Amino acid sequence: MTSVFLGIPTASPHTGRLHGERSFPDAARDGVGDAQLRRNLGAATATIRAKRAGVVAEVPDWDELRVAGAALKDDVLADLERYLVQFEEQFTARGGTVHWARDADEANAVVTALVQATGAREVVKVKSMATQEIGLNEALAAAGISAFETDLAELIVQLGDDLPSHILVPAIHRNRSEVREIFLRAMPGADPALSDDPRALAEAARTHLRRTFLAAQVAVSGANFGVAETGTLAVVESEGNGRMCLTLPRVLITVMGIEKLVPTWQDLEVFLQLLPRSSTGERMNPYTSTWTGVTPGDGPQEVHVVLLDNGRTATLADPLGRSALRCIRCSACLNVCPVYERAGGHAYGSVYPGPIGAVLSPQLTGPGFNSTLPFASTLCGACYDVCPVAIDLPSMLVHLREKAVDADPAGHAAERLALRAVAWTMRSPWRWTRALRGVRAGRLLARRGRIRALPFPLSRWTATRDLPAPPEQSFRDWWAER
Amino acid sequence: MRVALFVTCLVDGMHPEVGKATVTLLERLGVQVDVPATQSCCGQMHVNTGYGRMALPLVRGHVDAFAGYDHVVVPSGSCAGAVRHQHEALARKAGDDRLARAAGQTAARTYELSEFLLDVLGVEDVGAHYPHRVTYHPTCHSLRVLRVGDRPLRLLRHVRGLDLVELPEAEACCGFGGTFALKNPDVCAAMLADTMGNVLATGAEVCAAGDSSCLMHLGGGLSRIRAGVRTVHLAEILASR
Repeated sequence: MTSVFLGIPTASPHTGRLHGERSFPDAARDGVGDAQLRRNLGAATATIRAKRAGVVAEVPDWDELRVAGAALKDDVLADLERYLVQFEEQFTARGGTVHWARDADEANAVVTALVQATGAREVVKVKSMATQEIGLNEALAAAGISAFETDLAELIVQLGDDLPSHILVPAIHRNRSEVREIFLRAMPGADPALSDDPRALAEAARTHLRRTFLAAQVAVSGANFGVAETGTLAVVESEGNGRMCLTLPRVLITVMGIEKLVPTWQDLEVFLQLLPRSSTGERMNPYTSTWTGVTPGDGPQEVHVVLLDNGRTATLADPLGRSALRCIRCSACLNVCPVYERAGGHAYGSVYPGPIGAVLSPQLTGPGFNSTLPFASTLCGACYDVCPVAIDLPSMLVHLREKAVDADPAGHAAERLALRAVAWTMRSPWRWTRALRGVRAGRLLARRGRIRALPFPLSRWTATRDLPAPPEQSFRDWWAER
Repeated sequence: MRVALFVTCLVDGMHPEVGKATVTLLERLGVQVDVPATQSCCGQMHVNTGYGRMALPLVRGHVDAFAGYDHVVVPSGSCAGAVRHQHEALARKAGDDRLARAAGQTAARTYELSEFLLDVLGVEDVGAHYPHRVTYHPTCHSLRVLRVGDRPLRLLRHVRGLDLVELPEAEACCGFGGTFALKNPDVCAAMLADTMGNVLATGAEVCAAGDSSCLMHLGGGLSRIRAGVRTVHLAEILASR
């Protein structure tokens, strides 16, 4: 560590992208109103949902794997300090250098200094959520260093001067004709006759990227896993661009969240089954790269890892919230979430959208940010069912709702008063019986058995739905008379 | 066998016909039903809106109201889910271990209607007659909190005259979500529109479910667009002859 440790570190609130400026309901309106986006998202998530369901169903011990994945992650979280120190020792013993970063600002400063020390003005990047989270590209740009995203979807997002909207498929909100337009506009040397055939688009990206790979001196990556036992880092990907970044440049810098450790090399067995089937719906991902320190004369000769906290130990401090740190970023929960499908990823304001984002982002940033995210769910439970590490997302959302309400009493004053009045009434059978008789007065508002308009906040109901006219008699009064 | 009906606050106040149908059905099957007068609400609305502590007196009231019964029947997957998956944890979180134990015992004796019919009474054919084209929406909490599986469908398949049509994307949430409907009205409306589209695609006259809350949302939407499709609770279908 670079300085004396004082208290639990939280995320740098204004660096990187863990929260948006707008509330979820407000930002979601853009997604709901964008018919093209809803079509793109609906088609893409339906395809990937079906693929996932197919390849998961063919694994006879999926439930056991899921339990094992959860248990391994819980073990790491319960003993994180020991595993981190073990990882540091092993990584260092094999010729790598370990850096510790309490927050996004520290991580960005470490990476920027490392790149500057090489004299390079350009870096190539492997798709990485951690570097998106800390806003590394923007920090490097401020230091005059250009970062080139090499993952196809990240490249589309970067060239489009856009923001990622999905963990696995950052450009899921774009269809192929939009991708073609972005390439023609922003990719140097793009062929004006480029078609919107996916293969032609991929080939154009390949040609563009090949030049960059061959010139790059420094690569920056994230990591899917870090093995404490051996000091090994692992990246799982589909395109091979990651493998190029991890092997060609002289210097390799990896930014990894501290929760990404697994105890032993053998434990990768569990996660390398869970992850591809849950994320891309493939039995196995095309490329799995692992590296352990420096091998003289082969691959990068200078290897660094930045171990990033940025709100993770604060999340770990909450016994109910901490299992969000089991997440292996597969995005299965996004693909099944009916709210994500309608609102789109940008509505969440964070690089982590969907159900996992709704529980992770508020915990990483702490109170004052993301306060509407835990409410961005109907608690339908589809996310929990598909989570490969069995994070009980609905229960955690409820827990975080309570924290959000407690953190902002003024903002919830009216709601609290109303709910308290309801609870007070329900607590007494005498009051409750009479209150239900009072509901009958609502019949005055009804025309032909239905109520078409009510005052705020119930107008939010009647804007799109009728309410049935209340009955003449409550059930309990009927029962009492019977 | 002492059986109590937990009618739920929504059915009590807004949809008494669902409670009456449940009583009719159970009595026809030879079950003597009791309706404890001190019951009110499972407290789910409070819990799921972030006011778990406020729900604690409701949990206490619920446990007291249903003490001493062998079985508690609920015509709602969501409210049964709250009793089974929230009450004990709420009491435990509040440090009330005695209440937690009692809530755990009540939870273990609580059954959603289709569970009670199949698992306790062992009846699949309740002798109902309902000559309509019906599609069934298996509400999220019945499906993923209680895991009732195909129990409601097995019951419906035995109803004389009933033409059961499969709902496309049946397992997708209708968008109700309790206070979600008020806090996220735009996303809620979009989910409602898609669910209504699926219901209309079946050509059914009736959309059935085991939860009055989801039905109120769906039925309100169908009524607004004058779709001509009625929403009916599973209990009402099973009680009709």
